[in-house]
Amino acid sequence: MDMIGIAIKITILIAYAIIGTCTGLLFMGIGRKIVARVHNRVGPPFYQNFIDVAKLLSKKTNISHGWIFDLALLFSISGILLTLLFLPIGGVQLLSTDGDAFLVLYLLAIPSLGFALGAGASGNPNAGVGVMRALVMMLSYELPFVITLIALMIYYDTTSLATIVRMQSINGIKSWAITMPPFMIAAFAADMALQGMLMEQPFDIPVAPHEIASGPMVEFGGKYLGSLMLYKAIALVAETTLFVDLFLGGGVVAHGNFAFVINFIVWLALIFLLFALSILIAASFPRFRIEQAFGFYWKYEAIIAAISLIWVYIMVIK
Amino acid sequence: MGLHNGDKMMRYEEWSKLARKASKRSLWMVHFCTGCGAIEMPPVMTSRYDMERFGIAPMATPRQADVLLITGYLTVKTLRRVIQVYEQMQSPKYVIAFGSCTINGGMYWDSYNTIKHLEKYIPVDLYIAGCMPRPEGIINAFLELMKLIDEGKARGWERYQKYYDKYKENQRRVFNFEVKEEEKEEKEQKREKNEEH
Repeated sequence: MDMIGIAIKITILIAYAIIGTCTGLLFMGIGRKIVARVHNRVGPPFYQNFIDVAKLLSKKTNISHGWIFDLALLFSISGILLTLLFLPIGGVQLLSTDGDAFLVLYLLAIPSLGFALGAGASGNPNAGVGVMRALVMMLSYELPFVITLIALMIYYDTTSLATIVRMQSINGIKSWAITMPPFMIAAFAADMALQGMLMEQPFDIPVAPHEIASGPMVEFGGKYLGSLMLYKAIALVAETTLFVDLFLGGGVVAHGNFAFVINFIVWLALIFLLFALSILIAASFPRFRIEQAFGFYWKYEAIIAAISLIWVYIMVIK
Repeated sequence: MGLHNGDKMMRYEEWSKLARKASKRSLWMVHFCTGCGAIEMPPVMTSRYDMERFGIAPMATPRQADVLLITGYLTVKTLRRVIQVYEQMQSPKYVIAFGSCTINGGMYWDSYNTIKHLEKYIPVDLYIAGCMPRPEGIINAFLELMKLIDEGKARGWERYQKYYDKYKENQRRVFNFEVKEEEKEEKEQKREKNEEH
């Protein structure tokens, strides 16, 4: 590849990162507004999270707890950005490789580990408890999620996200995975796993503010907390996009020269709908205890996912 | 050179104005509720008065917070914790003192165990008078604080840095008293034990 091609690619990568961050922050603000309306409140303006980030980044003192604490944040943000670049957004995938469905699963674990490193470096006991809970949560929601992913891989006979998206966009909405009965069940299990990934109630156990003083974030303040909010914004976009890619055809409805504009808008609408759904669930349910969440995922969700897997397997054999 | 420096100053001024604009609309508070004023906070946070519409949100730890809200009286023992919390917060940080007790001792004016003037020990940006102040009063105080921040007048944290020795001296005075009292009590207890034996 020549120099100009590389330059164009890098520009697009940076643009993706900025778009992901802005979309995430906007959604978080709208989410706060939705929760406020559910509580019968007025709520903050939709751009509140932009103000919050600006304030945090302009703080005068920023207390660090050593170089691991500093690097952990970079670890988290770069991990989640890399995940975002591997996901097809409106049918466009910037980085791709064979078996990237597996790769994305691994990449999604990196930010959590970075988070754990930073929290561990701060040396606060609340952070330690929070990290323990976060890792247990990861263990719980990944089982049903991986089973649904395997069901999809068996049905479409591929481990490439781009192929899964392409196969679902052949006939528009009619060929989305979620229109098939076995994948309807699988989508339910995956959506619950998404709730855990987003750390929304009832699965906000790792960051419970009233029990363990916001868990891993307990020692983060100023610029550190600001970068953490940016990470959370990108994570929100990446995780909802993964669901859209797997079950809703990546938002691809149009084909042609300028189809990517329409696809991009459809993708934006779809991830917003998913996020709004998760916010509404969060606003209506109280918090689980950790063993309740673990039981929920491994007993009910895993069984639902396994049923869909067996169903798909029988369909494929026929 | 002079012009260049002037330009730099201008730019710095503009940036700090922007920063103040942002920090004014996003006040995260940690509320230190050992006094009786804690009962006025739930209506302010929930749907009746809803302070989140101004971007004010309760935070779990002092590291994440901008505003320290102290409700009601402080004993010498809790003052020590307040100072710890205040010093863990990251500047720019603001203190709102809530209720008459923080201004002049209030109904505890002759108590041996409470502090009378909070201003002596940590820099207070804003007082809310009353016993108790109503939720409207609290919302009003936050709006007033926003105005002060916008005008660059809420400089309590700079005052704390500048007169750190004076504040520390005042703090040490009450704490030493407390320590002496504790030592006396311990000695008395030991004496009593010895007498029993």
